[in-house]
Amino acid sequence: MILQVEDLYVAYGNIEALHGVSLEVNEGEIVTLIGANGAGKSTTLRAISGLNRPRSGAIRFQGADITRAPAHKIVAMGIGHVPEGRRVFPDMSVRENLELGAYIASPARFHQNLAEVFERFPRLKERENQRASTLSGGEQQMLALGRAMMLQPKLLLLDEPSMGLAPRLVQEIFEIVAELNRRGTTILLVEQNAAMALSIAHRAYVLETGRVVLSGPAAELRSHPAVREAYLGGAAHAD
Amino acid sequence: MGQLLEQVVNGLQLGFVYALIAVGYTMVYGIIKLINFAHGDVIMVGAFVTFFGLVRGIPWPVAILIGMIVCAVLGVVIERLAYRPLREKGAPRIAALITAIGVSLFLENFASLRIAFGPDFRQFPAMVTRAQWNIFGVTISSIQVLIVSITILLVLILQVVVYRTKIGKAMRAVSMDMDAARLMGINVNMVIAFTFAIGSALAAAAGALWAAAYPQIWPYMGIMPGLKAFTAAVLGGIGSIPGALLGAVLMGQAEVLTAAYLTTDFKDAVAFAMLILVLLIRPAGLLGKAGPEKV
Repeated sequence: MILQVEDLYVAYGNIEALHGVSLEVNEGEIVTLIGANGAGKSTTLRAISGLNRPRSGAIRFQGADITRAPAHKIVAMGIGHVPEGRRVFPDMSVRENLELGAYIASPARFHQNLAEVFERFPRLKERENQRASTLSGGEQQMLALGRAMMLQPKLLLLDEPSMGLAPRLVQEIFEIVAELNRRGTTILLVEQNAAMALSIAHRAYVLETGRVVLSGPAAELRSHPAVREAYLGGAAHAD
Repeated sequence: MGQLLEQVVNGLQLGFVYALIAVGYTMVYGIIKLINFAHGDVIMVGAFVTFFGLVRGIPWPVAILIGMIVCAVLGVVIERLAYRPLREKGAPRIAALITAIGVSLFLENFASLRIAFGPDFRQFPAMVTRAQWNIFGVTISSIQVLIVSITILLVLILQVVVYRTKIGKAMRAVSMDMDAARLMGINVNMVIAFTFAIGSALAAAAGALWAAAYPQIWPYMGIMPGLKAFTAAVLGGIGSIPGALLGAVLMGQAEVLTAAYLTTDFKDAVAFAMLILVLLIRPAGLLGKAGPEKV
């Protein structure tokens, strides 16, 4: 087990967003968190990467307790996080964004990692010196992914990579995610596009108002009546 | 014409000192969205530390450098003790602002104590031999040359630090998106401390240069230049370094030209009127980015 989240409570001010979330991710898996807006999916990821401080509960990464570790130390331990809304640095070039992705990486590996990112995302190579704010949504998502890959994380947290993208691009992004996983990166994926997420994930957790209400192998959840009803567009669309 | 040019040179002298101060306001604001009202008083501490070096016979470049180092440490200590605890508790921005005013009052009053600098005016020793040159009908003093050259040197160094170094890249990243910067593995607290150190060091140099031009120093000397430089930073677009430099130069010109051609009584009024006018037309300031304010 690479990641273990145990009975996590997180609050924003007085409003509690997570009421005891527990989940596990094994090495080599793609695990997805699905659920409606406000269910606590992003909050869970933000707590894991240290952006939100949990009120109680525990988070362990490769056996080490990271519950209250500062975000920059968690990154250094090998957890990459592609946040919701991409959050590329808008006034910096594509190249500078990727350099920031490698901020704490050893300089010796920089060129090799950069070449790998450019190989996977040729569009980024073409736009190397362009400001990130001038990229399209899909290109920004690629940049955010590429930026996280610069550190070659063991575990990659992905928050809504399909948001706002055309279906063709969504397909492309998900293929890249599956490919990253085949090459050994463990992935915890948050998605509103549940059908897509369940199609590439090994296991899934369903979050509702800050609690895990259902979990299991992705294939099982895909045919679970409640999941089909709530997240896959109802039984009428089932194939 | 000669007289106008001479006033423009005087305005540059003033504007350049404002520029060194304004950069500190704008960098801190750019990163943690705080108007650091104690920044003006760092000018005063810088002037006093330089003063104590000079009266002990230390050469002026070294005396200024010591002032800058002491103030860099002071800036980091202020950030660590006063602002960081609030930030980590997620206190509202107004709390940080009030704390900044408190730090400012503390520095002024502590400096006035006999065990510190004392409440009296002191005569600041001349750093360079007083001399004047006539260049194409414009009189330029050695002090003006000193102020302009030191400011240009420091701004060039700042430019290199912000745009050519790793820590500078981290500073820009934090100012654009603090959470995203954390996810890059950047130690945001360290970057913030570094920003305070640089801004405070520049303010210390400004204090020494201010005292070279107006050689009377006392514990409340930082208030007016601090306020003017803050205004200049807002005028240029707070958060933007080029904006702060532009705003400061304009501010210096407005002040000096008003004093020369209207009346000295109006110089502050015109400077602040200019601010109001610009903000009415361009709320984000001359080079600032328009857009909704993040709270």
